[in-house]
Amino acid sequence: MNSGKRQKQRKVLLMGKSGAGKSSMRSIVFSNYVAKDVRRLGATIDVEHSNIKFMGNLMLNLWDCGGQDGFMENYLTHQREHVFSNVAVLIFVFDVESREFQSDLVDYSYIVQALGECSPQAKIFCLIHKMDLVTARLRLPLFEERIEFIRGSSEGFKDSVDFFATSIWDQSLYKAWTQIIYYLIPNASTIESLLQQLAEVIDARELILYERTTCLMVTHVTRGLEGQNPFTDRFERISSILKTHKQSMARHTGIPAGSANFAEMQIKTSRFMFFITRLTENTNLAASIPPSEQVFNAARVNILLARHRFAELDISNKPRAGLSHAYQRTSDDKELADIAAGYVGGKA
Amino acid sequence: MTSSVESSSAQSNSHDDSQEGFRTPTNLTLMKYLQELPDAERPPNPLQQQYHTGRVPNSKAGDGKPRLLLMGQRRSGKSSISGVVFHKLPPAETLYIETTIRVKKESMHSFMDFQIWDFPGHLDYFDPAFDVDKIFDEIGALIWVIDAQDEYLDAINRLNATILNLQNSYPNINIEVFVHKVDGLSEDYKMDTFRDIIQRVQDELSDAGYENAPVSFYQTSIYDHSIFEAFSKVIQKLIPQLPTLESLLNSLCANCRIEKAYLFDVLSKIYIATDTSPTDIGSYEICSDYIDVVVDIGEIYGWERPNENGESESEIEETGGTDCESLITMERKGNNYLYLKEINKYLALVCLMGDDSPAEKKALIDYNVGVFQKALSQVFPFSNGTNATTT
Ligand SMILES: Nc1nc2c(ncn2[C@@H]2O[C@H](COP(=O)(O)OP(=O)(O)OP(=O)(O)O)[C@@H](O)[C@H]2O)c(=O)[nH]1
Ligand SMILES: Nc1nc2c(ncn2[C@@H]2O[C@H](COP(=O)(O)OP(=O)(O)OP(=O)(O)O)[C@@H](O)[C@H]2O)c(=O)[nH]1
Ligand SMILES: [Mg+2]
Ligand SMILES: [Mg+2]
Repeated sequence: MNSGKRQKQRKVLLMGKSGAGKSSMRSIVFSNYVAKDVRRLGATIDVEHSNIKFMGNLMLNLWDCGGQDGFMENYLTHQREHVFSNVAVLIFVFDVESREFQSDLVDYSYIVQALGECSPQAKIFCLIHKMDLVTARLRLPLFEERIEFIRGSSEGFKDSVDFFATSIWDQSLYKAWTQIIYYLIPNASTIESLLQQLAEVIDARELILYERTTCLMVTHVTRGLEGQNPFTDRFERISSILKTHKQSMARHTGIPAGSANFAEMQIKTSRFMFFITRLTENTNLAASIPPSEQVFNAARVNILLARHRFAELDISNKPRAGLSHAYQRTSDDKELADIAAGYVGGKA
Repeated sequence: MTSSVESSSAQSNSHDDSQEGFRTPTNLTLMKYLQELPDAERPPNPLQQQYHTGRVPNSKAGDGKPRLLLMGQRRSGKSSISGVVFHKLPPAETLYIETTIRVKKESMHSFMDFQIWDFPGHLDYFDPAFDVDKIFDEIGALIWVIDAQDEYLDAINRLNATILNLQNSYPNINIEVFVHKVDGLSEDYKMDTFRDIIQRVQDELSDAGYENAPVSFYQTSIYDHSIFEAFSKVIQKLIPQLPTLESLLNSLCANCRIEKAYLFDVLSKIYIATDTSPTDIGSYEICSDYIDVVVDIGEIYGWERPNENGESESEIEETGGTDCESLITMERKGNNYLYLKEINKYLALVCLMGDDSPAEKKALIDYNVGVFQKALSQVFPFSNGTNATTT
């Protein structure tokens, strides 16, 4: 159990041409920006670091690397070791509207080279971004064409690189980032089996574990007929719904978006019952269950009882002195107090 | 469309029904309130009243659907408004709308049926080639759209000419002026423009000898909720039961310590009534956004499942979609925060709860909302199901 308490730092590079949309997506996914706010962002100077705690021991150490030529050159020369060593994931963003795709490819191949030297075990995700600017009809063919070229420049990563078509204007952004996070979570299978058990106990049709600040899905369990749910994009769609709602609540209550959290949301209809509730410090649990008050009430109690088991998998609450202290965000102490209060016996 | 028939008979019974429903110890229930409503708040002549035509005295054609006419200068934003409000068109996509060549007539089927007529901007609406009576016959409201980012003197002149033209033949038309595209303006400039437009319209009309013209003004934009709020107010004027609805909502708020209650048309997210406490756009926004959440999740998990235990789905299907209930509890307050309940096929009640409304109140809310729902089915008799779709 002790090993479960150690934080796993995972270094993630976010790279691509200046203006490709790196900081935009970072602000939307991690900082509660809405899509129309990103126009205010300036070009990133050098590297902007952020640290994000996730369920399951994951501490994301995100490097948003400014893409202007001068900076790029610097990463590849003076800072080569510093930037490219110990990388878990490289996310490379291509602007689909770029007039200089050839030169984007050249940049990409330099970076792949450096990564191959310093972190050959790393994983690459390529995002073909700003897809909203392409006519719907042309999106897929264009995407496939780009994949072809980029794969060709991926050297040793040729067979492992993954591609996503994204836009900040729809849920495709969440879809891509959900996959990236899932790749990074060290103990995903443990979480999944715990979730599976819980789902069986409460007779859930589906359980989805969401990270609280980003609303990104950590993992999900789907049982029985729900597997035939025609809305296969529902996980990222719910991410996007929750995120929008969080912002809407923040605007209305005046609470900053980072802390505008609901304790519970429930929806009851004759076809299903659904609720989202806090599971651990960093996660919310969404449950879709059969339409029965009895099942509903039992499910809530059982989730309450299962909380501590998930909390053990969650990231350590007590930061180690020194280094890790820097990674704790300021609101945490307050949130911790809230959780403690929650455990004593319901509402404080 | 003949739904007017059932309205009259059901409405004349409504007070008897309400007595039957009143069987509670609480002396503050809604039913009691409904019982005590003064007769003045009922439509004056239930037998002739077509409840969904609103206060429109000049119904000649009698198809019973009030018309919302969208008029104004070219590129003022008429087609955009119609697209965003009634077709869920994303605002950014209005950039590609082409200029309207001929009048575009659309029917909306909801808690009440109405038509939207989107006019081309360059037409002379009183050109003898038009049958003026055909246009203004069954009118509910004339919505005049003015582009606040553009030179607006011509728009005002045409608006005034139109109002004066209509003054004699159709004095009861609601004239609604949308001072539109205010999203691009600074706060100060916006207010100045708004005041200036109001001033000019009123001055010129009274110079022409027309005092107290029935003209209302709104600041709107398709890039935020303001266009929906403005439409809500326009539509509310066409609902003769509005005072009844408001009283019911007031009473519900008082009984359950609800801060603000809206009755929404779920599809268009227009609210057809709210309690009479002051509204602000913020409360409307959060409630409207909340509907999105519930509708979306309702769609995702409300899919039609194959039979699970040999049980027939069709039973559920009949009531499906009209029984949704949702509640959000906030973390920081620990109180109920938002509450939503589907009232019938078209309408949902959305409430912002007051601070002193802890979770234990749920039973009280359930009870009173049940009563509200019942009362409403008497105000809008079509709502109890099948006859709503008769055409
Ligand atoms: N249409 C569209 N525009 C986008 C999208 N994502 C970002 N943008 C726009 O792209 C512009 C540049 O975005 P940034 O995020 O600052 O670019 P960056 O990659 O961080 O640039 P550097 O910091 O200079 O490397 C912004 O004005 C965004 O509005 C998208 O998905 N679609
Ligand atoms: N900034 C801003 N632009 C708007 C708004 N509403 C509409 N527009 C823009 O105004 C332009 C004209 O819109 P239309 O809806 O075609 O105007 P119209 O009144 O139907 O024009 P005609 O059919 O020629 O009479 C479009 O480019 C819209 O994107 C708004 O609220 N704000
Ligand atoms: Mg940047
Ligand atoms: Mg038009």
